[in-house]
Amino acid sequence: MKRIKNRDDLEKLRRTIVEGRDPKRTCIAICAGTGCQAYECEKVVEAFTSEIEKQKMKGKTDIRRTGCRGFCQRGPITVVYPEGIFYQRVKSEDAKEIVSETIMNKRIVDRLLYVDPSTGQKFVFEKDVPFYNKQMRILLGHNAYVDATKIEDYIAIDGYSALEKALFEMKPEQVIDVIKQSGLRGRGGAGFPTGDKWEMCRKANGDVKYVICNADEGDPGAYMNRSLLEGNPHSIIEGMIIGAYAIGSNEGYVYVRYEYPLAVKNLTTALGQAREHGFLGKDILGSGFSFDIEIRRGGGAFVCGESTALMASIEGKVGEPRSKYVHTAEKGLWNRPSNLNNVETWANVPLIILKGANWFSNIGTEKSKGTKIFSLVGKINNTGLVEVPMGITLREIIYDIGGGIPDGKKFKAVQTGGPSGGCIPEKLLNLPVDFERLTEVGSMMGSGGMIVMDENTCMVDVAKYFLKFLLEESCGKCTPCREGIKRMLEISDNISSGRGESEDLKLLEELATVVKDFSLCGLGQTASNPVLSTVQYFRDEYEAHLDGKCPAGVCKALIEYFIHEDKCNGCGLCRKNCPENAIIGEPKKPHAIVSEKCIKCGICREICKFEAVAIT
Amino acid sequence: MNETRDKNSETLGIVELGKVDAIINNYGSDKSSLIAILQDAQAEYGYLPQEVMRRVATNLGIPLIQVFGVATFFRAFRLTPKGRFLVRVCLGTACHVRGAPSVLEETERRLKVKAGGTTDDGLFTLETVNCLGCCALGPVAVVGDEYVGQMKATKVAPLIKKYAKKSKG
Amino acid sequence: MVNLIIDGVKVQAEEDSTILEVARFYGIDIPALCYHEDLSPYGACRLCTVEVEEKGRKRLVASCLYPVKEGLRVRTHTARIVNGRKMILELLLARCSNSKILQDMASKMGLQRLRFKPENDDCILCGLCVRMCAEQMRSGALGFIGRGDTREVVTPFREKSEVCRGCGACMYICPAMELQCRGIVSSGDLCNSCLVISPQCLEKYDQVMCYVESCGGCTQKDRIGKGGK
Repeated sequence: MKRIKNRDDLEKLRRTIVEGRDPKRTCIAICAGTGCQAYECEKVVEAFTSEIEKQKMKGKTDIRRTGCRGFCQRGPITVVYPEGIFYQRVKSEDAKEIVSETIMNKRIVDRLLYVDPSTGQKFVFEKDVPFYNKQMRILLGHNAYVDATKIEDYIAIDGYSALEKALFEMKPEQVIDVIKQSGLRGRGGAGFPTGDKWEMCRKANGDVKYVICNADEGDPGAYMNRSLLEGNPHSIIEGMIIGAYAIGSNEGYVYVRYEYPLAVKNLTTALGQAREHGFLGKDILGSGFSFDIEIRRGGGAFVCGESTALMASIEGKVGEPRSKYVHTAEKGLWNRPSNLNNVETWANVPLIILKGANWFSNIGTEKSKGTKIFSLVGKINNTGLVEVPMGITLREIIYDIGGGIPDGKKFKAVQTGGPSGGCIPEKLLNLPVDFERLTEVGSMMGSGGMIVMDENTCMVDVAKYFLKFLLEESCGKCTPCREGIKRMLEISDNISSGRGESEDLKLLEELATVVKDFSLCGLGQTASNPVLSTVQYFRDEYEAHLDGKCPAGVCKALIEYFIHEDKCNGCGLCRKNCPENAIIGEPKKPHAIVSEKCIKCGICREICKFEAVAIT
Repeated sequence: MNETRDKNSETLGIVELGKVDAIINNYGSDKSSLIAILQDAQAEYGYLPQEVMRRVATNLGIPLIQVFGVATFFRAFRLTPKGRFLVRVCLGTACHVRGAPSVLEETERRLKVKAGGTTDDGLFTLETVNCLGCCALGPVAVVGDEYVGQMKATKVAPLIKKYAKKSKG
Repeated sequence: MVNLIIDGVKVQAEEDSTILEVARFYGIDIPALCYHEDLSPYGACRLCTVEVEEKGRKRLVASCLYPVKEGLRVRTHTARIVNGRKMILELLLARCSNSKILQDMASKMGLQRLRFKPENDDCILCGLCVRMCAEQMRSGALGFIGRGDTREVVTPFREKSEVCRGCGACMYICPAMELQCRGIVSSGDLCNSCLVISPQCLEKYDQVMCYVESCGGCTQKDRIGKGGK
């Protein structure tokens, strides 16, 4: 592969690639994201590959391993193009049938289509599937057309043309202006205006500046960044090169969390190919601008998602944040001006440069422009990644896209913003999703995790869960965070164990306020949000615990397992499987649980075929 | 080739330090690559023996306490050898609301170790993870490379049995 | 020189100084535990927190680290700050309940109740020993390991460090190594006896249990309320 030396050569290459691709040619696109890897999608790929060979269709049919398609609940996803026939829950055994029926004979394999559970309607084409209807997949949509290990796929869909435009038609200051006008705000959580940050960094003193991509994505339940990095790494690379050009930086870093090996692998491949083609390195496309990117892996620490901790980690130190009284844009990595942005923020950049600031600012609300990718998980029917315009309501996301709550249960709360966010109750479901509105109700946008909870989720338990998480992940440097979270956890634990006292709620709120106001970094400053929001919206649930009851049936100290005599037929399955031998009963006669011995592990309830075990 | 007996790894035998030197050279003896160096060293040895940490400190010219601090700060690092099979139970928020705690409890009960520990026979190391990104399958457990979705307490025993059998085969 | 206003008082400061340095120079008492003027500031205890106002925006910052700026308005003892400091101290006391220096500070601040279960740790994780060893003694024999509530100060592998010269500077600088209070502490009322001029412990222990500086001109029984133990 010859390095592309100038703009014309790139245009020639792009034309060659596009012309060499027949849009009518059959392509079997199989999702190979981490989620589908867990569903053994690689076996599906192998099955299709060997079946296509067997049928001697290799010359007429492409097989493409793509990035995440978003509808993770229904994986492995396989879509047949150009028609866009959408098959879900595809197993390797299905490959033969799909090839013979759909590929060779243009017939649909009915049983693999998506069926709407509430209406029973079947959908053939991807564009009609309700899950995708209200979404606006300007970023994730590209995953369908790109094999992350093939730069030609990216070039074919106008990849690197934004870079061309920036390098040859715009001055660095103009690039910054366009980003400013677009209204793009950081997608990592705080929503700081991206253009302003770039400008601050450009104006900062110093010859050596850095651009950094934050791919630490520590919020549990959030995997948007991973899917972008695994599925379309070039979009981030292109964004970073443009940003570096605008700021005046020649060195970039992508900090990827240690738990994302596939993202590191695909990014490494993409960087290698980008260098080969001359998109990275010296004198990019003959513009005179030089820039390259290095990958740095994290070591397993949520706090390294915080910008100063991340930079400390790149410097080879522990991830201890420092105060940001001087912005990292002025003094960051190795005390030099550094511009840090989230993966999703970088991915938006090429699109904005190519399509213009107006195109972007026309999407979304007054202060929150563009789209946002959310990972919709928890007690929801359609678990997966959704990309929606800012301003869509929570109700639309959870019901129209998410398909509502499984098993007919009632919605209770949706948690956004990860451990730094809060829980939003049912009465606020019509809330339009944007940065300001989410903060106003005591939560925050965060990186995009959206965890749905139902009537069987205990909000005291949820607060306890987040406090435990934050205490483990806190760097431990400052007193309010380390000691404050520890004591908030103690109090929550007391409350959920039935040892809570009436002054506890007041003490909890007092403590939460001090942790919020006095902590050194964002982790501590937002650590109180889960507690404060659950106390605000679910105070009655806390008070029930003080009265010795857990309404959701979760907190072990406050519940009891018992067997419905009228439902139990004495099969003895529960008795035989009880780890504590806490169930007594004679064969064929109703059994009973000895509560003093019962450790509430839940095994009897899981194993009973007659739903005879209940919780009170 | 430098060899030295590590008091933490009597059962594993002699620690070959030449490999450590090679890894450090790979990164150009760059101090800021400490985390990556330790990760590669751990991949090589299965964990971070004291002698390896000492060698890294000496070769990079950084205080030993800084290496020890980094090795204990980041969850990726293990300072004791791990078992043959690594069992990871996901405790991410989505898995938590779907019942992961009861899966973890049952796993701890069956293996007779708490999260972070290794069974006496050296077969299993149990760890918790704060999100694998497979939330659609939640609750999720991973044994080695095998992802098991929709975990329930009742699925734990058969899963462990399967791997205990594998080890004998 | 930079001009700023602290607690309504116009002061001048050298360009590279921090608010804490300036305040202390002028005799304004901002408490701090992890700060020492000869070591780099750390910003861990958060007791030195003050409120700054810049361009109409108010926020809380650690004064040991915040650089002085022209026209800055600083308030060191607002209600929010005073209450916050009390809570931070209460948290530290719950951790190291036998520390005399913390008990002293509690008395000064009027902190009279401990609402958390006390522990008997003897380290407040201020990091002064680590910085002393690294910056003044240039040894680096001590450091932090772990994180969150498992964070502690140790020597490498918890053994005697090869680079330790036995100078004792770490012990010298440590606030928690001072004489320990042996009064009874459980969650409930603090004895606050340390700043009481007529020591209460004489009756109970037949011995002064801590060092008291003043001459004993006045008793402070009223401050204690329910009385010491």
